[in-house]
Amino acid sequence: MAIAVGSRPLQAVSRARRLKDRGFTALLWLCAGVALVPLVLIVSYVVRRGIAALDAAFFTNTALPAGLPGGGMLQAFVGSGLIMGFAILFSVPLGVLTGLYLSEFARGRVASLVRFVAEILLSTPSIVAGAFVWALVVVALGSFSALAGGIALTVLMWPIIARATEEVLRLVPDELREGALALGVPRWKVVLRIVLPTAGAGVFTAIMLAVARGLGETAPILLTSLGNDFVNTNPLAPTDAVPLRVYFYAQTPFETWKTLAWGGALMLLLAVLILSITARVLANRQLKRTA
Amino acid sequence: METEQTREYGTVPTRRHRAVADRAFRWVTLAAGLGLVVMLGLLLWVLGEGGWRAIREFGLHFLIGRDWNPVAGRESYGALPFIFGTAVTSAVAMMLAVPIGVGVALLLNEISSGWVRNPLAVLVDLLAAIPSVVYGLWGLYVLVPIFDRDVEPALESTVGRIPVVGDLFRGAGNGGDLLTAGVVLAVMILPIVTAVSREVIAIVPGDLREASLALGATRYEAVRMAVLPYARPGIVGASMLGLGRALGETIAVALVVGNQPRVGASLLQGGYTIPAVIANEFREATSVGLHRSALLFLALVLVAMALAMATVSRLLVRHTARLVGGAVEVRDEAAVTTMGMA
Repeated sequence: MAIAVGSRPLQAVSRARRLKDRGFTALLWLCAGVALVPLVLIVSYVVRRGIAALDAAFFTNTALPAGLPGGGMLQAFVGSGLIMGFAILFSVPLGVLTGLYLSEFARGRVASLVRFVAEILLSTPSIVAGAFVWALVVVALGSFSALAGGIALTVLMWPIIARATEEVLRLVPDELREGALALGVPRWKVVLRIVLPTAGAGVFTAIMLAVARGLGETAPILLTSLGNDFVNTNPLAPTDAVPLRVYFYAQTPFETWKTLAWGGALMLLLAVLILSITARVLANRQLKRTA
Repeated sequence: METEQTREYGTVPTRRHRAVADRAFRWVTLAAGLGLVVMLGLLLWVLGEGGWRAIREFGLHFLIGRDWNPVAGRESYGALPFIFGTAVTSAVAMMLAVPIGVGVALLLNEISSGWVRNPLAVLVDLLAAIPSVVYGLWGLYVLVPIFDRDVEPALESTVGRIPVVGDLFRGAGNGGDLLTAGVVLAVMILPIVTAVSREVIAIVPGDLREASLALGATRYEAVRMAVLPYARPGIVGASMLGLGRALGETIAVALVVGNQPRVGASLLQGGYTIPAVIANEFREATSVGLHRSALLFLALVLVAMALAMATVSRLLVRHTARLVGGAVEVRDEAAVTTMGMA
């Protein structure tokens, strides 16, 4: 397509139009440049400040009072693990089942309602998910907790997994389903033994993307898990998380805490970028295979 | 005869078994799907029920009042400063992110060589992966100082001198402010605006573009006359989705906006937004009281706006698809992209 543009006789186009065209192309490239500048700036700055914070104490110690050197984020790592554990436990089965419904069984009005709700729920502001679970679960249990944090993240991750799973299941060729059905395999077995495994990598990708999103969320966890200076493994007690710690320490005037905040930010950035890049590579491979 | 019957009896139950298993499986998946609908309903109900007290007590004053005072005994809840701050920061973000995002989407559509296009698309998408607290931390310690020291004084001494428009740029250099928050938000919503714009631009049939090129149009003219008219509703949809994101962004904004409840013309002074006030005040509002109710009502306002944006956006994107002739099916790459955006 682009070749056709280059090969047109140049004298046929007036100078003004040609200039305008050039200017337009340059403008588009400028947009791309402007879009990439913040990515480079943010990643390089966080890496530079974050690496300075990483030492053994960062991973093995818990929070210390302001000003004391040697504090760490152990309680935040453990808490993030606990909260994400709950979030994955709830959102993966719910999300994959919803995705299965949308791609394999959905017909009629109920189906379009479910699909529509899944789509608009993707736009739920994360603070709203937090406020919802705060008003519902935190009040019912009488305490901020890792469990409530996991539920708040589930509100956000469930629709992501559902929609993404639906998209990848749709890439599975219908011939596979029809072939198996023709051999007399019952529908549920076709879905569980043939459709799901074929799309396996894709479903895994969907889950990774949702986990990447959940891992970096601060607002919903703030309203539901609250934070904790100590390692906590009780699912019904207030729990810390890495993004929460970064948020708390960012607002303090103490250098030791600020350094920890940059270290935490680096950890978050690494985890989220690794998850999203791996997911993308897997998804591309899957696309190439099914195409 | 008898053997045949037993055989038949032998097969019927298994067939029925199978039908039962199939139906049960379908019901389980349907239950999960309906669960999503129930969750949305529950969310709206919990926030509405929780916010009811504030609505009843303050009515319209809640939306237009300027004093927000949670001190017991003197309680008054007027959310205008937060609504104002949310609207202004989102507007700034839109003005920056929409032109740039659409530009990037057009570029991605125009470039044909894959080794430039794919990395570019991936890099823009990665902006969406960066956690909002990281944006906030960077904004607070890098962007806010730069804006305070260089950008804002420069704006104040140039654009700030123009009458009327100049009012937007007064009082530079005192920590976080609306403009800085808007810029951070612009970066955060750029990937979603780009991805959805790209999706709708990609479904404009290539024939239109090629036909205009064949008639002698330059690339710019082809884009302006053949691509954009078809993609326009979809691009508006993409922008609304971005707007929905910007309205609800919490942590990054809370760190850079200054958190001063203020209604005023200047973008260079602090402000406060709805999500930020919820995040900052929920701790003092754990007991069932007016304060708590006011915060839940704010959350309800927020989710109502975000869901309305998402709905209109979906409709507009679908409208574009129909306009260009039902080319909705294969957009696998775009689907993966939107997956990432989610």
